[in-house]
Amino acid sequence: MKKEGEIRISSGCAISGIFCKDGRRITGEAIKKSIAVMHSRSNGLGGGFAGYGIYPQYKDYYALHIFYDSQKDREEAERFLEKRFDIINLSKIPVRQNSKISEAPLIWRYFITPLPHLIQDSQLDEDEYTSRAMIRINDTISGAYVVSCGKDMGVFKAVGYPEDVADFYRIEEYEGYSWTAHGRYPTNTPGWWAGSHPFSLLDLSVVHNGEISSYDANRRAVEMYGYSCNLLTDTEVITYILDYLTRKQGLTLKECSEVIASPFWSTIATKNEDERKRLSYLRKMFSSFLITGPFSILVGFHGGMMALNDRLKLRSLVAAEKGNTTYFSSEEAAIRVVEPNVERIWAPRGGEAVIVTLSKEVG
Amino acid sequence: MMARYRIRRDSCCIACMRCVKECSFGAISEKEGKDLVFHHDKCVDCQRCVSLCPQGALYITEEENRFRHNSVFRKDDLKEILLQAETGGVLLSSMGASGKNVPIYFDKMLLNASQVTNPSIDPLREPMETATFLGERPSTVERDENGKLRDNLPPHLELSTPIMFSAMSYGAISLNVHKALSIAAEELHTYWNTGEGGLHESLYRYKDNTIVQVASGRFGVHQRYLNTAAAIEIKIGQGAKPGIGGHLTGAKIVGDVSRTRMVPEGLDAISPAPHHDIYSIEDLAQLVMSIKEVTEYKKPVIVKVAAVHNIAPIASGIARSGADIISIDGYRGGTGAAPKRIRDNVGLPIELAIASVDQRLREEKIRDRISIIASGGIRNSADVVKAIALGADAVSIGTAALCALGCHICASCHSGKCAWGIATQDESLRKRLDPEKGAERLVNLVQAWTQEIKEFMGGMGINSIEALRGNRLALRGVDLNQKELKILGIGYAGE
Repeated sequence: MKKEGEIRISSGCAISGIFCKDGRRITGEAIKKSIAVMHSRSNGLGGGFAGYGIYPQYKDYYALHIFYDSQKDREEAERFLEKRFDIINLSKIPVRQNSKISEAPLIWRYFITPLPHLIQDSQLDEDEYTSRAMIRINDTISGAYVVSCGKDMGVFKAVGYPEDVADFYRIEEYEGYSWTAHGRYPTNTPGWWAGSHPFSLLDLSVVHNGEISSYDANRRAVEMYGYSCNLLTDTEVITYILDYLTRKQGLTLKECSEVIASPFWSTIATKNEDERKRLSYLRKMFSSFLITGPFSILVGFHGGMMALNDRLKLRSLVAAEKGNTTYFSSEEAAIRVVEPNVERIWAPRGGEAVIVTLSKEVG
Repeated sequence: MMARYRIRRDSCCIACMRCVKECSFGAISEKEGKDLVFHHDKCVDCQRCVSLCPQGALYITEEENRFRHNSVFRKDDLKEILLQAETGGVLLSSMGASGKNVPIYFDKMLLNASQVTNPSIDPLREPMETATFLGERPSTVERDENGKLRDNLPPHLELSTPIMFSAMSYGAISLNVHKALSIAAEELHTYWNTGEGGLHESLYRYKDNTIVQVASGRFGVHQRYLNTAAAIEIKIGQGAKPGIGGHLTGAKIVGDVSRTRMVPEGLDAISPAPHHDIYSIEDLAQLVMSIKEVTEYKKPVIVKVAAVHNIAPIASGIARSGADIISIDGYRGGTGAAPKRIRDNVGLPIELAIASVDQRLREEKIRDRISIIASGGIRNSADVVKAIALGADAVSIGTAALCALGCHICASCHSGKCAWGIATQDESLRKRLDPEKGAERLVNLVQAWTQEIKEFMGGMGINSIEALRGNRLALRGVDLNQKELKILGIGYAGE
């Protein structure tokens, strides 16, 4: 039987996010509680979390979370890393044994920085150098999967229900200003650790609920620009598209939302001339990156979070605010369970990005 | 001369002689004003008499006489040998290739649909976008000093549906066909293509929906012509006769055809096999730039080539020549006249050509830079959807458009006697085609296909055509071998 990663598997999901605009760090307890409410939206075959601001002591270094199938894969990946990066710190990620989480790979964490003379020779910036190296590990070392590689952030994911995954990774021991979570309902067994969400590249991380019908058009387009979609998941391709549009084309996240969930031509026609030209330009210029079919995504990035629905809003997504905290979730109940007294709660319209950022840089 | 068909009638015939008037091939004549005489050897099976017989009394059958069976030299082989032995000539034919052993890959691919895990979308209830834009795209965005996006996109063609009309020249077809195509293109918000015979002045008003062609004969090409168009197409070749030029006999160079082509009346119009200013790819780049200069960079330039064995690197070269759009015409593409052997034995099916070009341009990271138009045997909306899923931006239709105007594919265009008033310059025959009515039928056809395309898209949960482009997971093959699947870039059904 073909396992996930060898074949494209569709899945339904639950997503949740909490963002503290004032940069206040909260433990993973709240996000765990929120996602656990939507237990029945996942089927125990994948759950995960992304936290931002969790490694303040190493915030200038790329934090790598890597899964290995075997010690041999670890040795190979570490040899690869040593040649290209200064490894500041490495350790196993501490886990708590949980009877519901099994068949764990080796889970390691590294804090690294690119070797200065190699950066210079490569004529690349630090991010591009690092992302290429990470894509290469995923591409060429068959038993190694870079789960996350951003600065001051990390992804924790596994096969299991999200609340068990949180328990396994001791998520309550981390403190961050931004959290996203994912519970997965894939249509295949067995689940696959690397196929769980969030999916991440550099400091971008994406949790996604949906099944995009434009997948192969998007995949074949983004693969032109140096990405290789090994996991065959929607989330992977969405992450790469966002990385390409923000980092290589210099688009803002709002502009990205207008590319991937572009307004209909009939809507564009109703805008004033400037806006009409701008939206038409983005649509024509990046038509290969229009994403169709149902999706609701939460995009974590350094200092912010974006929530976005497909343009027909074929998946539920609710947003809420209380004081300096913004909440997003597939279901209102998952917000109310952590904040019963929200000041504002609404359902963002299809294709309408909600973007929250820190009111001041934390650090 | 041996007959291929037999004209038959049943007892309802009232000998009204309508068929005698309708048959432009001289296959039916009257005997003393009372009865019909059939000259079976002249019948081309164009179905004109059958369609217009008020009694429904006529029908055409295959000639029943058969040659002695031989498993190597079949009936057609023998007939053609006899014909060539008699005439000493190259066999001529028209319309698309008839290579019976060349698979129609469209028929071996099946489309996907949504079930449970994601919703299909009802095109009657939700927006379903088929607007298609063709043209070059720069590799990066630019911003002004205030950080505002600058519109650095070169001019694009804007189609309401990914279907346009293929190039068919005035001379090969009648002015009324050009009229019908231009009226329909305007109403449909798409484009028609003049072909290589120039543009009749009465059609200048349709310039916003017209693509003008520059072919090796340069017939009817002048500065005003180039600027009376939405885009200019450089024709290198066509699917029906790759590597072969054209020959419009002097008999068709009459009146306005002569004026429009800028060829003296009665003189044969010969299109050379190559452009004599393009012997290599760098020459093409120069012609592209010359045309852009003369049109002040306001119009996209299309380069049309026939699908041949090394189409992928050819397309890559074209993409780097400054052209905005590549038009690829496959093995089954039609023609007004071509040597039959060439038509049936040279080139590639469009499905394989699109798949390999799209893949190659992606490997070279330039697919997003340029648009691709596919043509050559597109018969219905399913073919359109499959061509786009393989990687085309849009398709163009020639034969299907002519069929909407009455053509029954008798493949006798080269005779100049078209009974449907399509491929003829004969005054009395031309009148048979009413351009307004023809335009209405073309509009009906394209609108019907567009609605079907929307149904296919909705079924797959795709609500905009660009998300279908190159989306090969939408396709699965049946009755194909490993190699074919690999070139098409698709999985087998059930995989």
